[in-house]
Amino acid sequence: MLKDQDRIFTNIYGMHDRTLAGAKARGHWDGTASMIKKGRDWIVDEMKKSGLRGRGGAGFPTGLKWSFMPKESDGRPSYLVVNADESEPGTCKDREIMRHDPHTLIEGCLIASFAMNANTCYIYIRGEYIREKEALQAAIDEAYEAGLLGKNAAKSGWDFDLYLHHGAGAYICGEETSLLESLEGKKGMPRMKPPFPAGAGLYGCPTTVNNVESIAVVPTILRRGAEWFSGFGRPNNAGTKLFAISGHVNTPCVVEEEMSISFEDLIETHCGGIRGGWDNLKAVIPGGSSVPMIPGAQMRDAIMDFDYLREQRSGLGTAAVIVMDNSTDVIKAIWRLSKFYKHESCGQCTPCREGTGWMMRVMDRLMTGEADPEEIDMLLDVTKQVEGHTICALGDAAAWPIQGLIRHFRDEIEDRIKHKRTGRVSAVAAE
Amino acid sequence: MLRRLHHEQPKDFAFTAANLAWAEAQITKYPEGRQASAIIPLLWRAQEQEGWLTRPAIEHVSDMLGLAYIRGLEVASFYFMFQLQPVGKIAHIQVCGTTSCMICGAEDLIAVCKDKIAAKPHQLSEDGNFSWEEVECLGSCSNAPMAQIGKDYYEDLTTERFAQIIDELESGKVPVPGPQNGRYASEPLSGITSLKEYDSGKTQYNASVQLATDIGDTVKRIDGTEVPLLAPWQGKAANTSNKPASKTTIVKPEAASKAKPVKTAPKPVASAETDTSGAGNKPKTLKAARASGADDLKLIKGIGPKLEALVNRLGFYHFDQIGNWTDDEVAWVDQNLEGFKGRVTRDTWVAQAKALAAGEETEFSQRAKKDGIYKKD
Repeated sequence: MLKDQDRIFTNIYGMHDRTLAGAKARGHWDGTASMIKKGRDWIVDEMKKSGLRGRGGAGFPTGLKWSFMPKESDGRPSYLVVNADESEPGTCKDREIMRHDPHTLIEGCLIASFAMNANTCYIYIRGEYIREKEALQAAIDEAYEAGLLGKNAAKSGWDFDLYLHHGAGAYICGEETSLLESLEGKKGMPRMKPPFPAGAGLYGCPTTVNNVESIAVVPTILRRGAEWFSGFGRPNNAGTKLFAISGHVNTPCVVEEEMSISFEDLIETHCGGIRGGWDNLKAVIPGGSSVPMIPGAQMRDAIMDFDYLREQRSGLGTAAVIVMDNSTDVIKAIWRLSKFYKHESCGQCTPCREGTGWMMRVMDRLMTGEADPEEIDMLLDVTKQVEGHTICALGDAAAWPIQGLIRHFRDEIEDRIKHKRTGRVSAVAAE
Repeated sequence: MLRRLHHEQPKDFAFTAANLAWAEAQITKYPEGRQASAIIPLLWRAQEQEGWLTRPAIEHVSDMLGLAYIRGLEVASFYFMFQLQPVGKIAHIQVCGTTSCMICGAEDLIAVCKDKIAAKPHQLSEDGNFSWEEVECLGSCSNAPMAQIGKDYYEDLTTERFAQIIDELESGKVPVPGPQNGRYASEPLSGITSLKEYDSGKTQYNASVQLATDIGDTVKRIDGTEVPLLAPWQGKAANTSNKPASKTTIVKPEAASKAKPVKTAPKPVASAETDTSGAGNKPKTLKAARASGADDLKLIKGIGPKLEALVNRLGFYHFDQIGNWTDDEVAWVDQNLEGFKGRVTRDTWVAQAKALAAGEETEFSQRAKKDGIYKKD
């Protein structure tokens, strides 16, 4: 278990002083100027060495992403945009950073923007987070007042402005190019890539979009050294991570832990165990709604990191762990996700616009048992047709949970259909 | 998803003075010429003021930002937080129904809504006090099940507590938001399992609940006076070339930089009639263009066809007229540009007009001519 002294978010529950003075007392904003004075290359190198992988779901190495930004401006300004549009079902970690430990994020924005030659940064927060928006804006105001933002920010010699912008309830705006469209005042519809945002992003200028947590951990990593951070977790899965556990555990919570912690440890230490004991565990969605579910028995030995969960044909995603016990109707749980994706499809690409609705309707039939057994394979086939054939990953994200369900719980779907037809439950399900 | 405007619409919309000042300050967050970026925050403010988003409000905001109405409508209908139909007088209740909440009992909460409010989502209750809908994940999954009422999250709900909350709201009280089962924030219910090494003596509420109780605007219609307007970027901005300088903003930077509320908020648009607005002096006007014909004012960056017509109506047809405005006169025009207030200053018309009157080109006029931006095909 991670020691308190190694935790980056020392006020994640907001129980201590949430103001700038409190943040400083906990070690934030310490030596910010001297870190910046070490130069751009040093910062990017340290980030690469730390092994930090993006915390927004895809797990792309953060330092590498930063190095794609142009070193010299061609006359266009560069932008850092922080993705705080936390909408992936199951995910509720960035909210805690923004309302309770906002100065980690603000300091991170300054350092990251400097490393990318950006004088301006926008934070795009989801519209529903009204109080979080107010709390974060209050922290930004404080930082301006204290000279940590604005001209010669934190006496680093770097001029830096930080603006908070909000959305209005569209999941798709968590996709980076869609977020940029939305920030420009348009409908949030993803852009084709290339050009990638690092070449032409916000207002056609070089832009990097990073998740809140990826940026908020930066100052601490630089202060304590890349080796310190990379010392946690297995190789290629370095660092500490905020886990958000929801569903059928005794005490759901958000908690910062070491990467590669075992699932059992995570649940036993922080969540008071599975509701009704480990034998009652049916399935787990380990990384937010977009990743396929894993059956309980297989999950008991799982390690919570990118590579291990990928080997299980799932993913760490945003580390939003949704736990389901035996009382759960898993078919319905996935049907609800299908409904979510249908609701949130932006309608730009046909496979997704039509496919998400189609998949939801078939899931509906599987849930009630009214479908034909052949429809299971037809559904699986359609998910493959949608997957990989859309501009952004929402199509993939809609397909994967269904694929995961059919992969692991095909028996249960078939039984339900059989039961509906004959009025009897098969021997397997009855035992 | 198909979303349409409500069949009954009010006649007009105007921001309250304080909301207008707020809105104008928001616009200055974005670089010059990129004011369209402010559309979501402005539409949202309009909704906070009225409870739902009306067609006049969408058009008003589009005008403020120099956008075609259809662009505003597109945004309003795309984003689900915009309520395109009237909502309950007291509160609109949004129950999160996505998987984490669903497996923790969200369906029972929805049943409470159906029972106590209305059978269908977006339908008003009989007394018109409440409306409800099921929304997608609100990002408070460790505190499931939950609902957003007005601005606040009510978390860790049970059906009994949820029904009670609705009753309390009905009777005019605003229950304290946040976790309803004794938790502080998102820590384990049985007590913290990390960050135990020191205790600073926590405040009564977590950050969200603290703000809710301090401001007390959970289900209030916002008129802008609830919190002082702070726009520190205006006074203290790094002022790099890619963004608006503080001097081009309408809200006085001196007021904002001292972190004080803006006292001299401009009047609401609707009540500002031409000629009666106090600010500035009216410049000399012409009844019609001179014999040589009116100049193409659209070559001034920031003036489109709509604004050109308005400027003509006020009695300005030529670059030299605009180029000769004094500061006082600029203030007058800024005040009298119905729906476009402050645009003269923000888009630096005078300097552009001077150059154009002298027969020079600006970067924009060259581009406009070359690309034929306003050419009718």
